[in-house]
Amino acid sequence: MIDRRLIILTLLAAVCAIAFLTLGLRGNLGFVLTLRATKLAALIEVGIAIAVSTVVFQTVTANRILTPSIMGIDALYLFAQILLVLILGGLAYATLDASLKFAIGIAALMILSCVLILPMLRGRLDMGLMLLAGVVLGVLFRSLHSLIARILDPNDFAVVQGMSYVNFNDVNTGLLALASLMTLCALVLVWRARHILDVVALGRDAAIGLGIDWTKTQVGCLLLVSVLVAVSTALVGPAAFLGLLFVALAERVVQSRRHALLIPAAALIAVIVLVGGQTLFQHALGNSSTLGVVIEFAGGIVFLILLWRGSRR
Amino acid sequence: MIEINGVSLAYDVTNILSDISVTIPKGGVTALIGPNGAGKSSLLALVARLQPLQSGAITMDGLSVASTPGKVLAKKMAILRQDNHLGSRLTVRELVGFGRFPHSRGHLTAEDRKVVDEALMLFDLDDLSGRFLETLSGGQRQRALVAMAYCQDTDYLLLDEPLNNLDMYFARDLMRSLRRIADERGKTIVIVLHDINYAGTFADRILAMRNGRIVADGRPDELITTDMLNTIYGFEIPVTTIDGRPVALPFR
Repeated sequence: MIDRRLIILTLLAAVCAIAFLTLGLRGNLGFVLTLRATKLAALIEVGIAIAVSTVVFQTVTANRILTPSIMGIDALYLFAQILLVLILGGLAYATLDASLKFAIGIAALMILSCVLILPMLRGRLDMGLMLLAGVVLGVLFRSLHSLIARILDPNDFAVVQGMSYVNFNDVNTGLLALASLMTLCALVLVWRARHILDVVALGRDAAIGLGIDWTKTQVGCLLLVSVLVAVSTALVGPAAFLGLLFVALAERVVQSRRHALLIPAAALIAVIVLVGGQTLFQHALGNSSTLGVVIEFAGGIVFLILLWRGSRR
Repeated sequence: MIEINGVSLAYDVTNILSDISVTIPKGGVTALIGPNGAGKSSLLALVARLQPLQSGAITMDGLSVASTPGKVLAKKMAILRQDNHLGSRLTVRELVGFGRFPHSRGHLTAEDRKVVDEALMLFDLDDLSGRFLETLSGGQRQRALVAMAYCQDTDYLLLDEPLNNLDMYFARDLMRSLRRIADERGKTIVIVLHDINYAGTFADRILAMRNGRIVADGRPDELITTDMLNTIYGFEIPVTTIDGRPVALPFR
């Protein structure tokens, strides 16, 4: 028994993917299709990772307006990039091996996440303090980032600027496969925990009463979230904030917070928005900006509409 | 049998519970009474492992509450707390179904569904089963939460002021249902009550607390006397007898 709304979303996602692959095909078909398929896979991988991590993060923090980017992950990523540029110089950075960059990115993000999350196990930090620490660290990294940006050589700065937005255009195929594999493992774990997440959403006391080991579950979920976010951030750049839009839309569509419904719905909507958006952007807007900017703009408008409708009820 | 042995609890320098030792036998209804701030809810929360023990030990049928895995304890006891913030969009039936989680880990079987239906009937929720929780009144939500705890089908049922928000009809109805569960199915019910007369009417035994200590422990007719109530609550409460039962009249 599969929900009808999920089937419609799946069909829409498939339409977007096909449109993305086939619209305006020209030249060497084999070459173009491979290029597009790689990009499509990256869009799908990142979209699903962001959507699912946001659902889990919102459930564990019991807050529906948060995204994992509040833990300072995006900010650290940007800071690590600019630090590398400062140390190596723009040219050396730009020619640096992609897998090395990927590895450095993931390592930095996972270390930050563990430093933030693991003290919760011993009861040294609770959720509120952990989030606050994340926000403060995020501000710190952002300030350091702008400090370095000021003293950077303009050519190097241009390199940094290019890395500061979500970028699906030059994704390394080998890394994509690795990232997808890691994401897939995390997704399997999240999916298996979907009923546990439903119980977690009931709140601490009710969840403990039903036999959930609260602290361990929270920490486990947060670690899964940070794997998902770290992998996609290291792959394409800071994109975690997009999750808010995907999850809010998914909730509108399925009218439920049940994870068995919400997780696939959010993932499918992420694919529709990212792939559909990218298609539109390439063919209708003539590639004039980056997809991230467009989605942020559209997302902002969607949120204003949601707020406006909510306030009238 | 719940054995509480030398349990103390303190926040900074404030003592919430001081060296409590008491045994609650299996079966029957035990009421926990006492003034605000006596430590009733804290004691219940410790028994239900919602808070870590600072000192002392609590066992339930020999299982240590501190070290037994949560999954095992969830089949042993169910807890209903005073304030429940249920954020997610749920129907009454879904909420009650969560009570089956310790048994089925989220995949409801036909057996589970039967228990859920039975609980919905028992707590007069069958008409409301499709409603979303946020559309319910406080009393209706309270009943749904009790039904969920009942669905857990545990030997021990710990309830922290379940009569909150209930009108007279449903308060009596809930107490009757609890009494029936205790009598017919041999469940052990520990219940925090503020209305001493409900405790007097439905409980087999009353534990009275004050300032973090147990100050009285006995049958309702032993405890509901003007003297005893004065020790517990600190003011004069007339007690009269109606149909052979003591009734406190703390109204004037």
